[in-house]
Amino acid sequence: MSAWRRLHVLVRPALTCSRLTQQRTWLCCSLSTGAPLRNDFFKDLEAQLAAVRKKAADALPGSGWSPLEINPNLPPERADIVIVGGGVVGWSIAYWLKQRERIREGVKVIVVEKDPTYSQASTVLSAGGIRQQFSLPENIHLSLASADFMRNINEHLSVMNEDPVDLQFNQSGYLFLASEEVAHIMEENYSTQRQAGAKVSLLSPTQLKEKFPWINTDGVVLASYGLENEGWFDPWTLLNAFKRKAMSMGVIQCCGEVTGFKHTTIMVRTGDDEQVGIRRIQSVRVQMPNSLEYQPVECAIVVNAAGAHSGKLAEMLGMGFGAKDTFAGVPLPVEPRKRYVYVVHCPDGPGLDTPFLIDYSGVYFRREGLGGNYIAGMSPEEGEEPDISNLEVDHQFFEEKIWPSLAHRVPAFEKLKVSSAWAGFYDYNTFDQNGIIGIHPLINNMYFATGFSGHGLQHSPAVGRAVAELILDGNFKTLDLSNFGFKRILTQEPMLERNIV
Amino acid sequence: MSAPLTALHRCCQRSALLLVARRPWSSSSASPPPLHTRLLLYLAQRYYDVEMLMKWSSNLKKRGLQKKNAYYGYTQKFYGGDIAAAYFILSLKGRIRFLGQPAWLHADQSGKFNWDFLNHKDTPLEEVDLSYTVINYTGLGNLERQGSLRTLSLRGCPEVDDWFLGRLHIFQDSLEELDISHCPRITTGGLAALRNLKGLRRLDMSSLPGISSPGLVAILLEEMLPQCQITAIGYDHSLKQEEEEEKEGQVEAQR
Ligand SMILES: Cc1cc2nc3c(=O)[nH]c(=O)nc-3n(C[C@H](O)[C@H](O)[C@H](O)COP(=O)(O)OP(=O)(O)OC[C@H]3O[C@@H](n4cnc5c(N)ncnc54)[C@H](O)[C@@H]3O)c2cc1C
Repeated sequence: MSAWRRLHVLVRPALTCSRLTQQRTWLCCSLSTGAPLRNDFFKDLEAQLAAVRKKAADALPGSGWSPLEINPNLPPERADIVIVGGGVVGWSIAYWLKQRERIREGVKVIVVEKDPTYSQASTVLSAGGIRQQFSLPENIHLSLASADFMRNINEHLSVMNEDPVDLQFNQSGYLFLASEEVAHIMEENYSTQRQAGAKVSLLSPTQLKEKFPWINTDGVVLASYGLENEGWFDPWTLLNAFKRKAMSMGVIQCCGEVTGFKHTTIMVRTGDDEQVGIRRIQSVRVQMPNSLEYQPVECAIVVNAAGAHSGKLAEMLGMGFGAKDTFAGVPLPVEPRKRYVYVVHCPDGPGLDTPFLIDYSGVYFRREGLGGNYIAGMSPEEGEEPDISNLEVDHQFFEEKIWPSLAHRVPAFEKLKVSSAWAGFYDYNTFDQNGIIGIHPLINNMYFATGFSGHGLQHSPAVGRAVAELILDGNFKTLDLSNFGFKRILTQEPMLERNIV
Repeated sequence: MSAPLTALHRCCQRSALLLVARRPWSSSSASPPPLHTRLLLYLAQRYYDVEMLMKWSSNLKKRGLQKKNAYYGYTQKFYGGDIAAAYFILSLKGRIRFLGQPAWLHADQSGKFNWDFLNHKDTPLEEVDLSYTVINYTGLGNLERQGSLRTLSLRGCPEVDDWFLGRLHIFQDSLEELDISHCPRITTGGLAALRNLKGLRRLDMSSLPGISSPGLVAILLEEMLPQCQITAIGYDHSLKQEEEEEKEGQVEAQR
């Protein structure tokens, strides 16, 4: 017996103390049953030997083993395209890049997201609406293309062996109400929308009352109502569907925050004999969550899809810090702006009949589910923007600004109860409240897809495709979005939506 | 140190996703796929060839569907929209009745039909029965200008979905009777679009597997379309007895 034990100790130099004592007690108590003990012992010995062999093989040069612990979640050291921001825009771009790559595994794409719970991402805090009632043809076409994508979502985003995507799309049109001052704008918008192929109808106050008997038409002189391709859906589902599909196609997800870039600057002389520095990003610095560890990722192209924080990302490259009146002095005009959404309960509300109503006072509401709940909100006045350091909700804002307009428009809402509320950040473009899509003239390899200010979710499918075209084909193929490029900001020519609110 | 943390993080994230992704009024069909589909899926997971074959066959099916629902532009150009619509429906093995004509026209078992319908040039359709056909959103485009359509049956159409219902506004001024029973892909989100059909008098929404609380939905639809008589049978109401009773009460009150 003691000889056995010696053998044991000999072949298992790595055996830990506790294991040894355990072994001993085990040996003591099962002394009486000789045969099974021997059996178990040899089995155990074999397993231990295998472990030794493995360790020896690991320690040989050429194997992947190292005495230092390596974080398995570190991003790869090299990639072709790094997308910063794993919101719906970022993942849509990732999907389309894979979809349009010419050969399988042709581009190596990674998506860097600092917060995988998406606790502050606009995508999941949005109202989830899609409309075609814009005034710029570009925006209308983006909506039409995105609606088409959503209609055929399972042809695009279904993954073999997994459940089909159910966006929970609710087919209810947007209803815009116009007052006397803005009715002419609504009419113009209507004709632009019809021209672009959107199914929209204009309603007089009488027709409005006939169609929506629960509305108070005081002050309304014209209404426009979307007949098709409008409604709302679950943003989480869209985000997850893009993500699932992109990852099944080989996109690498990486959890970490981009905290800096390594870049080179080339000085060139312009026609006016001015010195201009052109930057080229060499690598992206990805900081791992909850640790000091970081990993530089070398890459050819960076996509800035960081939503509300994309302005901060651009600052890391010195955008906006150059001398005034030069291109380098123009910052990316995107900043977070806090918007509240209130969930109200009102059993006597308009029910299934509810459109996505947008009043000329700026208040909007829509139904949420079937249990008599509605969500409502409004953008504050320019001078009264709330503090953006947190996502706390100002309930006063509802009482003072939203409820009066809401109850005026729909008398049933006099008796509503606020049941909950949340706040989210718009990726607000302070220059003209529209998306910025394309490359910056002074940063050679950073593409922007940001600044959508309240309609980024609905446009994400079409925007992703456009950015992928820009990167892989060099220009827009299906939808020409060159008007949404950076040039308009440098030349100070805003592309404003003619809103009725 | 950071590895277990991130693992935990991930775990939380996943459960968070699961929690949020399902909304209470989610409406996915509950029944699992039949055995042979599951077997194929299992094989596809293991063998690339099977996966390829499955992709191939699904593409083939898709193309067939596309062809059947193609836009009949050529016919429209030469015979007008009404004939094109009639031709499209007959090819799908649907049935039609022209405005002011007593007889229904339809294809026989083998899909052949009488070409006499060509005589009804510029007569719009009044009744269309597309039950158990493969019409989809694109195919509906062929009926775009049928402003006199009074009844439409889409009973048991596998390709009719919420987007299809969203497009029914093209008949908003005329449609009085609509049968969407037994359509597997319709959910509550699509039924909301029926609000555009204010002239609807009769709606059959029986046995829709995609809606999760049919009793409630029927009540809401009745509120939304007060002139319309709604039929909703074929649901297991064991859990929703109260709602059902309430609904019946309402229907009676209306009568
Ligand atoms: C209250 C509200 C209502 C809205 N309603 C609608 C609506 O009805 N319809 C509509 O279409 N749109 C709506 N929007 C707008 C829409 O949500 C946004 O435009 C859209 O989600 C933008 O998507 P994104 O992917 O660019 O941004 P986000 O979803 O914010 O994603 C950006 C991601 O980047 C990550 N990130 C940021 N910086 C870094 C970094 N340095 N490193 C790594 N990761 C980083 C963030 O964590 C974030 O997850 C609404 C927005 C709000 C706030």
